[in-house]
Amino acid sequence: MADTLSDDVLRRAAERAQSKRFDVRTMPGFTTIAVICFIALYAPLFPMAFYSFNAGDSIAVWQGFSWRWYVSAWSNDLVKDVTVRSLIVAACASGIATVLAVLAALGTTRTQPFRGQTLIYVLINQPLMVPEIVTGVALLVFFAMIKVATGYTGLIYLIAAHAAFCIPFAYLPIRARLEGMDKTLEAAASDLYATPIQAFRRITLPLMTPGIVAGAMLAFVISLDDVVITELVKAAGQDTLPTYMLGQLRRAITPEINAISTALLAITVVLLTTIFFLTSKKE
Amino acid sequence: MANTQMSQTTTGKSAGGFTEAEAERRRVRVNWLLSLPALVWLAFAASGPLLIMVVYSFLTPGDYVGVVWDFSTDAWFQVLFTRDIFDETIVTMADAHLSIFWRSISLSLMTTATTLVFGFPTAYFIATRSPRSRPMWLFLVTIPFWTNLLIRTFAIMELIRNEGLINTVLLKAGLIDTPIQMLFTDGATLVGMTYVYLPLMVLPLYASMERLDFRLVEAGYDLYASRLQVLRRVILPLVKPGVIAGSILVFIPSLGAYVTPRLLGGGRNMMMGNFIEMQFGAGRNWPLGAALSITLLFIVMIALIFYVRNVGKEGSGHG
Repeated sequence: MADTLSDDVLRRAAERAQSKRFDVRTMPGFTTIAVICFIALYAPLFPMAFYSFNAGDSIAVWQGFSWRWYVSAWSNDLVKDVTVRSLIVAACASGIATVLAVLAALGTTRTQPFRGQTLIYVLINQPLMVPEIVTGVALLVFFAMIKVATGYTGLIYLIAAHAAFCIPFAYLPIRARLEGMDKTLEAAASDLYATPIQAFRRITLPLMTPGIVAGAMLAFVISLDDVVITELVKAAGQDTLPTYMLGQLRRAITPEINAISTALLAITVVLLTTIFFLTSKKE
Repeated sequence: MANTQMSQTTTGKSAGGFTEAEAERRRVRVNWLLSLPALVWLAFAASGPLLIMVVYSFLTPGDYVGVVWDFSTDAWFQVLFTRDIFDETIVTMADAHLSIFWRSISLSLMTTATTLVFGFPTAYFIATRSPRSRPMWLFLVTIPFWTNLLIRTFAIMELIRNEGLINTVLLKAGLIDTPIQMLFTDGATLVGMTYVYLPLMVLPLYASMERLDFRLVEAGYDLYASRLQVLRRVILPLVKPGVIAGSILVFIPSLGAYVTPRLLGGGRNMMMGNFIEMQFGAGRNWPLGAALSITLLFIVMIALIFYVRNVGKEGSGHG
């Protein structure tokens, strides 16, 4: 009797000890690789940020702390010029893309499957599938034809191109939001004699606003970040901030580029952190 | 809902006198009308111009820029072959083009493999954290994902250049006498693309690992499977859709990469994206550029069809 009892206790202790060591979820080495990955994702950004505060002209030899390059970038008229252009293009393109995406999302969600629905879906997501360089050169050729025919060489071409590749980025969150929405609220509105327009303005639109905001922000960031299509479509003197930076990187690099990059990085981090905390609070 | 109501008001004159099939047709028409502005815009500034590229690939290059409207299959011929300068009947493979294709495909495959090797454990690590801390880890992957690609490439560039941090440290430590040439090599492009596209691998992998049922993993161990066997026979088959999705998401932009190979690979280590751009710039051979673009598009389509074939089935199979 005593023997079996102690056996039992021993066995259970062994099990417990083993369960401490043996977690079904652990895979040997995985945590190490994951930690290396997280470090590697951020490590290269630190030297870049660090040397943006260098007092000297070098991006490799530290000569003391200074805001010099931030001041220099801030007072550089060319940088101001390209930044303003980037913002104008991004604002117009994301605005257009969001409106078009809202309409398309209303047309393709919450209905019974209809003929051509998959086709619409594929066409809207097409910019996500075709490599940017291919779209870029195709637009270069196409816009060159229009430029010859009309003689117009304004910013509209850039805005049109940006709006197009922003559509899927605006569409996806709006569609996701619409699909999760309760249809009965709109049914209730029409039961209470709301006209379709009233029901849309007072019920549907407010409910889908978070999706619209997310889509618009996504489109804005995507437009602001674009290098390849802008580089190919832009006319002379239509540089945006990324294409300006790309041009600068081929010349002698001064810490001014570090300063611009670090400032952009900081804005991205602040924006994302804000969105992260805003969305996680709700849950 | 709003659509159906709108369609009803526009057709309300018939006062309920229309059949169900008619109502259905009208509803579909409204759906199409709502989608139309986006489709028109895309046709104008994204899909339509691709068709022009097909036409251009069959034209003759102009003397200075653009094309001459003479039908020619030369551009397609030039994609793979080259004619001898002195004797046009001597045809050889275009070695320069082949080496660019080979570099593009091999570097893209290597990038996909490397991001998978590093991304898989990372996604697994995030998926096995407590549900409360998972969003935070995921957020740490998303920040680089949303940071401008140019900035991230620039950060790598500064790190590995001859006067960069790595060489400076190695020189100071006395480990090397002359800087190691790391920038402007294929290796630099590989490292850069792996760094830049890693989040694209981790995010879809995590999405499928998050739903992983660990009871199945436990069952595997109960049936005397080793860790490696559980990984190979239980976990991998279950997260296969994520592995394929991540691989496609990394492979496609790698194949068409332009910024990273241009900054890190330099002018000598071109990839297809840079070579295509060159045809529209200094190369002045638009038809060849168009033919190359369509070739690239074709490879991408094959990858996408592979994806739909595999993940489409898997996805519906697991519900």
